[in-house]
Formats: sequence, C-alpha cells, structure tokens
Amino acid sequence: MDHAAPRHAGGPRSFVERLRDGDEIAHVVTLTFAALILLITSMLVYELWVNSHLSRAQFGWNFFWTQTWDPIFEHYGAAPFIYGTLVTSIVSLIIAVPLGLAAAVYLAELAPRNLSDSIAFLIDLLAAVPSVIYGLLGIFVVVPAVRTTIGPILINTVGNVPVIGRFFKGPNYGVGFLTASIVLAIMIVPFIISVSREVLLTVPREQREAALGLGATRWEATWKVVVPWARTGIMGSIFLALARALGETMAVTMVIGNDPKIRESLFASGYTIAAVIANEFTEATGDLYLSALIELGLVLFLMTFILNGLARILIVATERGGGRPT
Amino acid sequence: MRKSLLVAFLILGLAATAGAQSGTVLLNAAGATFPYPIYSKWFDVYHTAHPNVQINYQSIGSGGGIRQLLAGTVDFGASDGPMSDEQLGQAKFKILHFPTVLGAVVPTYNVAGITGDLNFTQKALAGIYLGTITKWNDPEIAKANPGVSLPNADIVVVHRSDGSGTSYIWTDFLSKASADWKSKVGNGTSVNWPVGLGGKGNEGVTGLVKQTPGSIGYVELIYALSNNIPYGKVQNAAGKFLKADLAGVTAAAAGAAKDMPEDFRVSITNAPGATAYPISSFTWLLIPAQISDATKRDAIKDFLKWMLADGQGFNESLSYAKLPKPVIEKEKKAISLVQ
Repeated sequence: MDHAAPRHAGGPRSFVERLRDGDEIAHVVTLTFAALILLITSMLVYELWVNSHLSRAQFGWNFFWTQTWDPIFEHYGAAPFIYGTLVTSIVSLIIAVPLGLAAAVYLAELAPRNLSDSIAFLIDLLAAVPSVIYGLLGIFVVVPAVRTTIGPILINTVGNVPVIGRFFKGPNYGVGFLTASIVLAIMIVPFIISVSREVLLTVPREQREAALGLGATRWEATWKVVVPWARTGIMGSIFLALARALGETMAVTMVIGNDPKIRESLFASGYTIAAVIANEFTEATGDLYLSALIELGLVLFLMTFILNGLARILIVATERGGGRPT
Repeated sequence: MRKSLLVAFLILGLAATAGAQSGTVLLNAAGATFPYPIYSKWFDVYHTAHPNVQINYQSIGSGGGIRQLLAGTVDFGASDGPMSDEQLGQAKFKILHFPTVLGAVVPTYNVAGITGDLNFTQKALAGIYLGTITKWNDPEIAKANPGVSLPNADIVVVHRSDGSGTSYIWTDFLSKASADWKSKVGNGTSVNWPVGLGGKGNEGVTGLVKQTPGSIGYVELIYALSNNIPYGKVQNAAGKFLKADLAGVTAAAAGAAKDMPEDFRVSITNAPGATAYPISSFTWLLIPAQISDATKRDAIKDFLKWMLADGQGFNESLSYAKLPKPVIEKEKKAISLVQ
C-alpha cells in the first residue's frame, strides 16, 4: 500500500487514513448491498401483503382450507394448491434425492477424475436448461410413458401393497401429480448432483485414508465417513432443490392437469400455486380475483420461508450430532 | 475524432426529437390476445397508409387491457368479453364498445374408431362438461349420430387452464344450453370446471386431446383451421348440425344484429338463423367516449372508419370472420359518439 502521508506509529488511525485505506468504504459498500437484498425482500412481502388485503379481509384464515376456486361466484380457497405444491415437491424429492446423492457419490468417490469432471460439466448444463423445455419433454415423453408403461406397472405392483397402495389407484390419463413429480425430479437432480459432488470433493483425504487404514471397505469409508462429513453441504443442496421445485411453474403446468382438487391418487390431476398464478393472472379482471391470486403468492412465500426455516433447524440439529467439528 | 462523434450524435438526437414533434400521433393500446394477429396486420397497414399515425398494441390479455384502460395508461383497450356493468361503473369516464372481428369455438375429440364428424347436441355438450354424461355411447350422443358405432369408453374432458376469451365463449354457450350449467358454473374467462383436465392455451388443449384416447376439448376455429385439427358439428338454435366455418360465424352475427343493443355489448352465442353457427362471438375495441387530445381523437375515429371498410377485407386471409353489413352500418353511426 502506498501512502503519501506518513502513518502514525501504533495508535488509532484517523478517519481520513481509514478512508484512504479503503476499509471504511469496503465496509459501507458491502453493508449497503447486503441491506439492499433485505430491503428488496421486505418490499416484496409488503407489496404481496398490501395487494392481497381484499382477499384477506373477505376470507380470513378460511382461505387456507377452503377447497373451491370459483372466479364466477367469487369463492377462493388455497387448499388444493397448497396440497398440489407440497405433494409434487415432496414426491420429486423422494425420486431425486437417492438418485442425485448416488450419482454425486459415484462422481466424487469412485469415478476417475477426468470422467467425473466431464460428466459434472454436462450436468451443470442440464441445470441451465429453461423449464419450458422440460415441460415439452414432459408432454412428449413422460406423459405417454406414465399413461402406457409406468402407470400400469405401478398400479399392478405397488397398487396392491396395503398402506401405500391407495396412492397408486384410480384412472390414469398420463397427466397428474406423478408425472409432474417426475419432471420436477429431472429438473432438480442436477442441483443435488453438482453441489453434493463439490462438497464431497472437499472432504479431506486424511478422513478417507484414516477409515481405510482402520480396515473399512471402500463402501464403508464412503458411506460412513465421507458422506457424513459432507452432510451439511448435501442437505443444503437438497433444500436448494426443494426451493426450485416449490416455485417451478411452466414445466408443472404443462403436465399436472390443472385441476384444483385434492385427491389421494398420484395419478390424479392437480394444481400448484405457481401454476394457477401463471395461468390466471393476466386475464383476472375482478379486484377480489386478483387479490386472491396475490394472496396465493403470499402463501407460497410463507411456505418457502417455513420450509427453509425448518431446513436451517435441521442443519443445526445434525451439526451437533457429528460431521465437521464446529 | 471524439468531438465530431459527439456532434454527430447531437444532430441525430435533435433530428429524432424534431421528427417526433412534426405531427406524429402515437396511440397506445392493450388487450385481448385472440385478435392480436389481425390487429397487428391492421395497425401495420394503416400506418403504411397514414405514416404519421403509429398504433402500439400489447396483447397482454383482455383482463389486462381493461385494467390499463381504467387506469388511463392506454388510449384504448381490446377485450374478448364485453365489460360488465360493474367494470363500466368503476371507470371514471364512459367507455364505448366497438366489435371488430368474429371468432368461433369448435369441439375437437379423439375417439377410437371415429374418423368422421360427430354431431353434438347442446344438451350433450353441457352434460359432458358438467360430468353427467360420462361415456361416449351415452344415448344423448348416440341419438344425434345414427349409424355411428360409439365405443363404451369413458369421456375425458379437457378445458383451458388459463383465463381466455375462448373459454368465455364456450361457457357462455353452455350457460344458454343448460340452466344447470348456468346456475352451477356460470360463464367467464376462468370458471370452476366441474370435471376435466386443463391445458394451457389452444396448444395445450390440442396436445392433451391428441394424446388422450376418448377425450374431448374445445379450441378456437382459427386454430383448428390453421393446424388442420378435426372438429365436430354442433346443433344450433334452429336445430341444424353445423360444422363451423367463417360464413356460419358471420351469419350468427347477422342473426343477432336485429336485436343488438346500442352499445354492442351482446353475446351472439346460440344466435337465431338456420345457417348461424351457435358458438360464435364478437371481440371488441374499448374506446373512451371523451378524448381530450384532438389529434388522438381524430386518429382513432379515422382508424375505426378504416377498420369497418378496408380493414374487414383482411379478415378472411387470417381466418377471422367479417362483421355483417347491418352491424357495420350501426357501428359507423356509433363512431360519432366519440368526442
């Protein structure tokens, strides 16, 4: 660092000197940007809150469990959409997490480094594909597959199992919760793989070597030592994937059937919050109608907030249990 | 070098602003997506004929068009459905409706073994969409199609998931076809459909119908014609089964012209007349009755006159039906109400 003026030996630096050093400016600038993000988020919530006041005043808490969505008679309820959003997100995670984690473990631990790098590059490209393309993939590939192949197989096998069988019964038209979950799973798997792989690669070699040195097999070393070490990062990737699944609009609306009803069967058609807002917002004419749609947006924001909060709690709780020493 | 570049930019800038001030009229409009192709064509052709008038149209949807008009951010709006009394009451100024083109909605289906056109009675369509008629070989459908062997398959109903003028026309027709539908569901751009899957846009509905055996859906006539999608015949008020075409749609408007209210806010579904196609509708331009800016007012009035005369000549090439003569005459008189 060059200074024209001489520094005081020891002792506190003057304001001008701190300014010239750049510390103050860096401090102020970075603080402003961080505050800006919070400010934008609060403005978003504020706008959602204010613009949904008509609907909140009219329906109150009943909005959360009313099952009708009727723009003509002006009865609005969020229940079918909350149900659809939760079901598609959870089922897509059930499909994507084992797949993604297994792939990440393979790429980080077992594959030769160049293969791992090139496949990881391709997977990162997958994460960048626009969701409409996944929607088209859904319509032309997944929907017929579920209607003609996957659906009948599941109905005949899992459909007869006592407890979970009820989710695999009923008419199967190809579009529905299961198809939407499959398409979502395809979309979120790249996030899980790419972040988990990065995190697994940062696990220190000493950990692996120590485990192998103590007589563990390759698999035991990976599963019992390496993966738990990277647990926080992996869970972070899962919650990132969940966040994407909750908000996904276009791909879901093309394959879910867009029917605001709560039904048990995974083959039934349903609706999600993001899909209904995308479908009905531009043509919504009445003030109450618009307000109800905005309130749905507020509900989605709340759901994301709560789920992320739970994620934080889960991470903190398991951090105490093991993994990287804090 | 830098200085001369700066001077050049300044001159360009001045020239641009000077050009803008020399009598160009810029009109902003927004609204319905259904007539967007014909409106683009009209505004383009009109601009070539009148280079000082520039009309900028954003197809953000009928709902958006009405909202922007009420907020005063556009000079005029466009909507597939007429504004309700409530909406007109909310406006700070009087709004006039001018029908521009006609559209129609057709039923499209995918039934195993059926290649020809199926006939649908009004009760059949209402029953199918209410969920009371669930099989293809139901007597209501079978009696209209003697000699056709309909399978004992489930009917999969497909409707629009997005709010749209097409749904408005379809539900308006069903409300007239069935008192049950009118009381349980009603008509609008988005309704609480009793049964069925929702597809986004005409493309979504067509995609679902093509892929799902035993399904029935509804699409715009123009979409069906330009994409060669097979569609069925619908029974009109006179009892005849008609396959939709541009002439039938114009006949529907002509049939309804006699009893048309002065403000043109009328539904022409189920219009009287032997050749009238029952599932037709106008689409309207929403013009404020009082326009303070004289140049804008004259430009709008001139455009409306042009639209009713030369403009109609472009309709058929884009598969929109023309307005019938009685309606055109009525509208020409109504232009004088814009002041």
